[in-house]
Amino acid sequence: MPKLITQVGCPYCGSSCDDIEVLVSDDGKKVLEVHNACTIGNNLFHHANDSTRPMLPRKRQPDGSMKEISYDEAVDYTAKTLLAAKKPLIFGFGSTNCEGMSAVGRVAEKAGAVLDNCASICHGPSFLAIFDNGYPSCTLGEVKNRADCVVFWGCNPMHAHPRHTSRYSIFPRGFFTQKGQMQRTIISVDPRVSDTAKLADIHYMLNQGHDYELFDAFRTVLRGHDIPDEVAGIKKEQILQGAEAMKKARFVMIFFGMGCTHTDGRNHNVDIAISLTRDLNTHTKASIMAMRGHYNIAGPGQVWSWQFGFPYCIDLSKGSHAHMNPGETSSVDLAMRDEVDCFVNVGTDAGAHWPIDAVKHVKKHPFITIDPNFCMASEISDLHIPVRIAGVDEGGVVYRMDNVPIQFKAVLKGLTGVPSDEELFDMIYERMCKLTLTEPIWLAALEHRKYPSVVS
Amino acid sequence: MPKIRLNMITQRSIEEGAAMEKGKTNPDYFTACSICEMNPEDMKKAGIWKSTNVRVTSECGSVIVKAIEPTQFVPPGLAHIRQGVWANQVVPPRTQSTGVPQYSGFPVTIEPAPNERLKTALELVQGAVGLWKGGN
Repeated sequence: MPKLITQVGCPYCGSSCDDIEVLVSDDGKKVLEVHNACTIGNNLFHHANDSTRPMLPRKRQPDGSMKEISYDEAVDYTAKTLLAAKKPLIFGFGSTNCEGMSAVGRVAEKAGAVLDNCASICHGPSFLAIFDNGYPSCTLGEVKNRADCVVFWGCNPMHAHPRHTSRYSIFPRGFFTQKGQMQRTIISVDPRVSDTAKLADIHYMLNQGHDYELFDAFRTVLRGHDIPDEVAGIKKEQILQGAEAMKKARFVMIFFGMGCTHTDGRNHNVDIAISLTRDLNTHTKASIMAMRGHYNIAGPGQVWSWQFGFPYCIDLSKGSHAHMNPGETSSVDLAMRDEVDCFVNVGTDAGAHWPIDAVKHVKKHPFITIDPNFCMASEISDLHIPVRIAGVDEGGVVYRMDNVPIQFKAVLKGLTGVPSDEELFDMIYERMCKLTLTEPIWLAALEHRKYPSVVS
Repeated sequence: MPKIRLNMITQRSIEEGAAMEKGKTNPDYFTACSICEMNPEDMKKAGIWKSTNVRVTSECGSVIVKAIEPTQFVPPGLAHIRQGVWANQVVPPRTQSTGVPQYSGFPVTIEPAPNERLKTALELVQGAVGLWKGGN
């Protein structure tokens, strides 16, 4: 009998939907149906059925081809490469669980590596602004139950977080928002008429890259001053209308995305968005949230802040203390300056999502990919180590975009012999300890390991 | 050949996300991401027919993509390539000291290239690092 597993978490976008139902085959090895998920989540679960999924590490041969090797050899190669490198870079973690992120911390410390996550090329500037200006945020539950004015600034959830609008922000009926969409004023700020903008009551089609000016105009109006007839391509009347809508609302929620952090201004755009939230709080209640891209990309921020004191761009190469300075210790900058001599890509695809120039730079040195599937990074790697897919055949803790931890469950039995990220990093860590004749500092990892004899 | 200077943004789309989860070597990913959305006025100015190939050149590289009319309206002066392998061939790696490359808001030149061939994701990435064995 196929089994219907309910309350499954979806390991794709930052909405981390936890109401998915998955029908799995009798033997627990195939996904038959996926209910409630968006098209992306649906594809993700079904992709786990792919019979061509790699089950053994593959190492690049001198002639350029890839040859399957054992996990033992792969762990040994990775441990030796990390130890030989002066300043390895371990990047990724868009799609792993917190257990894996915690385990890699020990590996990075041992290797004297730079540890960085996808926030570095995504919401990194938001972190910088949050350090400078604070983060008056809330949970998505509060948004659903209270927000009657929702601003989407430089984000397009209809495409990047497909169920965000129906679960939290536009359509749902909450405790104080019982009329759902009817009760909410939706404001979209986007240089394109995106599919989210089409849902908005007010759409500010600003000149691309002029977000700061528009934020500033809103602040000026809210403080009772006059503004020019046109700011960032938007007419004054329209700005006054939006400011009035925000002022009159009972709870304003500002969501911001890559439109703020990928363009000119970077952290300053987010900085002033936070200031606008603060200003709004003199008139009504207002809150702000980053539209984090992946289901657990808030995870490394939490886990590594606890381990090292910093959420991303963590330079551990000094050996004595962690050091963080984006621009200096951020992955793309390190790559462009040729400051790293080994690259480990974990649960992301730097090959596809980094500017190609940066990829060329890191490719000069040993390049290792740890990822369940074939991707661009795995196809240019010197070594590709497959692992279980977190959220599909491996459970674990993930942090949703509002920093709420959720326990995800495994719906499939993992491929035989394929370890999880956590197990793989523990094996690499142990091998590094053996090679350097040192004792592991974190013995709990050994004691708590779930599947001690799966591999080797 | 006429050319046009536009402001380029590269952002996410659901087609890209859905195709990516099938695998980056899947034909869907190729169809979803090897395109450049432009305003029809700009196409006219540069002598580009819709659904023909164009060469997009930025300060750090160039890529062949297919020009299409926008799926989500793009005003004149702005162009959009969906996030992914093709977009990242032209994204400048400068970060304004924040770690984030200039994924949005960088100048590009777009010109018709109807006889040029679209490359696959694998050819572009492996080709860039000297591992492509598939020939031209």
